[in-house]
Amino acid sequence: MTNNTKPKFAMYWAAACGGCEIAVLNIHEKILEVDKHFDVAFWPVAMDAKYQDVEKLQDGEILLTLFNGSIRNEENEHIARLLRRKSQLLVAFGSCANEGSIPGLANLSARAEIFDTVYGTPSTDNPQGIRPQAEYQAPEGTLSIPAFNPVLRPLAQVVDVDYYIPGCPPESHQIAAVIDAVIAVLEGKAQLPPKGSVLGAGTAAVCDECQRTRNVKQIKNFTRIQNMGEIDPALCLLEQGLICNGPATLSGCGALCPAAGAPCAGCYGSLPEAIDFGARMVSSLASVVDEFDPRKIDLTMDEIADATGVFYRFGLAGSLLQTGKASWNEE
Amino acid sequence: MERITIDPITRLEGHGKIEIFLDPAGNVANTYFQIPELRGFEQFCVGRRVEDMPILTNRICGVCPEAHHMASAKAADAVYQVDPPRTAKLLRELLYSAFYVTDHTTHFYALGGPDFVMGPDAPVAERNILGVIHKVGLEIAGKVLQARKSGHAVIEMIGGRKVHPCTSIPGGQTKGISEEQRKEIEELGRWAIDFAQFSLKLFTDIVLGNKDYVDLILGDSYYIPMHYIGTVDENNKVNFYHGKISVVNPEGERLGTYEAKDYRDWIAEHVEPWTYLKFPYLKKIGWKGFEGGKDSGVYSATPLSRLNVADGMATPKAQEEYEKFYATLGGKPVHHQLATHWARLIELLYAAERWVELATDAEITSDKFRTQVTEMPTEGVGCVEAPRGTLIHHYWTDEKGILTKVNLIVGTTNNYAPISMSIKKAAQSFIKEGTVVTEGLLNRVEMAFRSYDPCFGCATHSLAGQMPLEVKITDAQGETIQVLRQYC
Amino acid sequence: MQEHFEPLVLGFTCNWCSYRAADMAGTGRMKYPPNIRLVRLMCSGRLDPTFILKALAEGADGVLITGCHPGECHYIEQNYKALRRVSLLKRVLQPMGIEPGRIKLVWASAAEGMHLTKAITEFVDEIRALGPLNWPARTQIPISAKPVRQLEELPG
Repeated sequence: MTNNTKPKFAMYWAAACGGCEIAVLNIHEKILEVDKHFDVAFWPVAMDAKYQDVEKLQDGEILLTLFNGSIRNEENEHIARLLRRKSQLLVAFGSCANEGSIPGLANLSARAEIFDTVYGTPSTDNPQGIRPQAEYQAPEGTLSIPAFNPVLRPLAQVVDVDYYIPGCPPESHQIAAVIDAVIAVLEGKAQLPPKGSVLGAGTAAVCDECQRTRNVKQIKNFTRIQNMGEIDPALCLLEQGLICNGPATLSGCGALCPAAGAPCAGCYGSLPEAIDFGARMVSSLASVVDEFDPRKIDLTMDEIADATGVFYRFGLAGSLLQTGKASWNEE
Repeated sequence: MERITIDPITRLEGHGKIEIFLDPAGNVANTYFQIPELRGFEQFCVGRRVEDMPILTNRICGVCPEAHHMASAKAADAVYQVDPPRTAKLLRELLYSAFYVTDHTTHFYALGGPDFVMGPDAPVAERNILGVIHKVGLEIAGKVLQARKSGHAVIEMIGGRKVHPCTSIPGGQTKGISEEQRKEIEELGRWAIDFAQFSLKLFTDIVLGNKDYVDLILGDSYYIPMHYIGTVDENNKVNFYHGKISVVNPEGERLGTYEAKDYRDWIAEHVEPWTYLKFPYLKKIGWKGFEGGKDSGVYSATPLSRLNVADGMATPKAQEEYEKFYATLGGKPVHHQLATHWARLIELLYAAERWVELATDAEITSDKFRTQVTEMPTEGVGCVEAPRGTLIHHYWTDEKGILTKVNLIVGTTNNYAPISMSIKKAAQSFIKEGTVVTEGLLNRVEMAFRSYDPCFGCATHSLAGQMPLEVKITDAQGETIQVLRQYC
Repeated sequence: MQEHFEPLVLGFTCNWCSYRAADMAGTGRMKYPPNIRLVRLMCSGRLDPTFILKALAEGADGVLITGCHPGECHYIEQNYKALRRVSLLKRVLQPMGIEPGRIKLVWASAAEGMHLTKAITEFVDEIRALGPLNWPARTQIPISAKPVRQLEELPG
């Protein structure tokens, strides 16, 4: 594994769930190609290099770092800056690093509120209202844990990012394609794409890949999937009144969720040209609602439950507004 | 006080940290196992639609999203008081069984197995999956990859995608399976049974056939008597997907069996200021600190726990192995926590047998895989056995089915106190006055931790099954005396 | 609330009706507050919700959208799109702490200079009462840390 002639590779998880690691695993035998072409210098899930070993490297000594997970606490931030210094190419890998993903919804709440809820759940026995402290004096010595930042951030809001690989997680066939492309560059058979490029994804919206039949849309009402009688397995889900994030979501996944009967959740994030996913969903739905009376328009829009949470499910932290106002109310 | 800091423990999700404090004589006075991560699902899921919870809670963990997806769907069913059609339940449990095979496989071969196949003191460069491949051959690596591939193929067929499934909703599933898919699933399941038996044979030959390993397992360093919980079916046999939760004390006496919705009568969570994670304990006994035994509320929920709690396995081959397990280890309950590795393989076999049972059920290909909800949404609890422990999702909603409150007790969380205690016991056992801290010693401390297969750790693959550790020994002034590192 | 708060409001006016009304107000010396900055769109239906979000994120306290009366749109019915977009956007932004009153849609025809002046004045007063928005994100690192696409990659 430690072979000084091979270029160095790193993969790191910040505030993450592990799904990106599993997605990489699901390239199966291809992982051996990674091992063949790279010296894996730092990959906490798989091998034993430590932060200290990264610190000892020269700046830029790591050729390629895949960074997944968002920046939630000060340790995540510290390691993001460290890996930026030590890496030539830093890739925002997966939805959390790209746009914050689902835990970004915590940006709708104040930090104190999050703590009050977690350390005061109905099954938590905490009459003294104990909260975790960044520094705590134990009888034996000082104990520390990283401070929880007031706002969760995607990688590019903290350090300069070279490439973006979207998805929650990125689909394994796309990861495999990116690895092939990287190896081609290493072997001098291809050029690096322009900095800032989105890799491992398509160039249109999910609707483009979706196999369901689409007609001119004239939607009068919205509904929720559990309330539906028969669900047509071949017809566009949006036309059936379900909120599907497909129109605003970047293609590349193969439209797996609509194929399986579920509305697109939006996990590949927005197309690069669109700087706010939520705005795209507002536009898309407003275009297809077949109402002209202002009162009826309002009633139809009221049928969309939790529009904020549905449209900004993955992309709140990476949106124009980034947060809800409450997250800035510090005690 | 002199301290040894192990930071970070990689192989956990997030970044676990261990602080070992030594008294003046050089014996371990105390240890602290800190979890430095928090994302706040219980807060940001408030305000969300209940039908979105199975996909939102998937992202608690990308290694076991299937567990969250199922617990969440069951909670959402309960919120609407809807009973999904039998086919939906079959499909969910089938996906779940295939997932268990994949998950237990990766843990055993990538994390647990190398310690035994290569040995706890084997050179660090070999004590990983690559060393295992060299020792036992590429054929086994191929089988492990195949086990993962098959499991994920089934997950994708039923769940829509390989990671973060999307097909479970309140009332059932969004799709069924065709006869062609069913045939493939059955075939993969039969292969999985062979693979599970092969894995158990490997364990028998390499571990049980080695006196040193048997001594390690049966020795005192990893021995902690505690309470155990696990889900059992109506015959008191282990079931991962549905049943009631049963509790036994360290002497094997059944303290009770409860429905998931009554979990708060039994479980409460304790908070400490030096870590973000909470410590569940048995309410009826109370939190007495990090202690084992009958009078402490500390309990675990692991494969070993589930076997200790149940009266047996529901499938024949697994049942045979269950009997052999207890015959070898001297009866129930077993408190040798390292034996969890063995228990995990027995569960792997059960999961594979159950996979085939479900794949050959007459109703598995039926197109009645969901029902419309009719009742007003209110409140509901959903529970499954995650591979790493009993998983509870509890939702409260308004009349529109929007979440007003969320409570989660996640698999590994159940085991936070036991893991902390296991680390302390191992550290006390191996680090004493005059001890020279060696690599083998460090690995033995790791092994205390590893048998629980913590979920934040990702028992994914491992090109080097070695947990990276640095041990820095400082004197009372904070000057470094000795630094030991282990690499692959 | 600050001592003396002067709202900063962005106004998106459609070329055919309301922009001409604003013009008329100007030539007719009808006064409206200097707090508003007008941006001309060809149609209120051109209003991408992104414009509203960018305005609020980068310092505006309120956004006024003006267009032709329903039935009088130069492009037939695109003002209804604006109506629907504003309706939905308000619902998205309210749980994020942005009061629905910070976004307002007003119809004004080319001859209604007085009416438009009054509407702008009213809106500025409403925003003054709501207070400054001071959206924090704009004080942080640049919002534009976003992926770019090279033109060659667009589908042919």
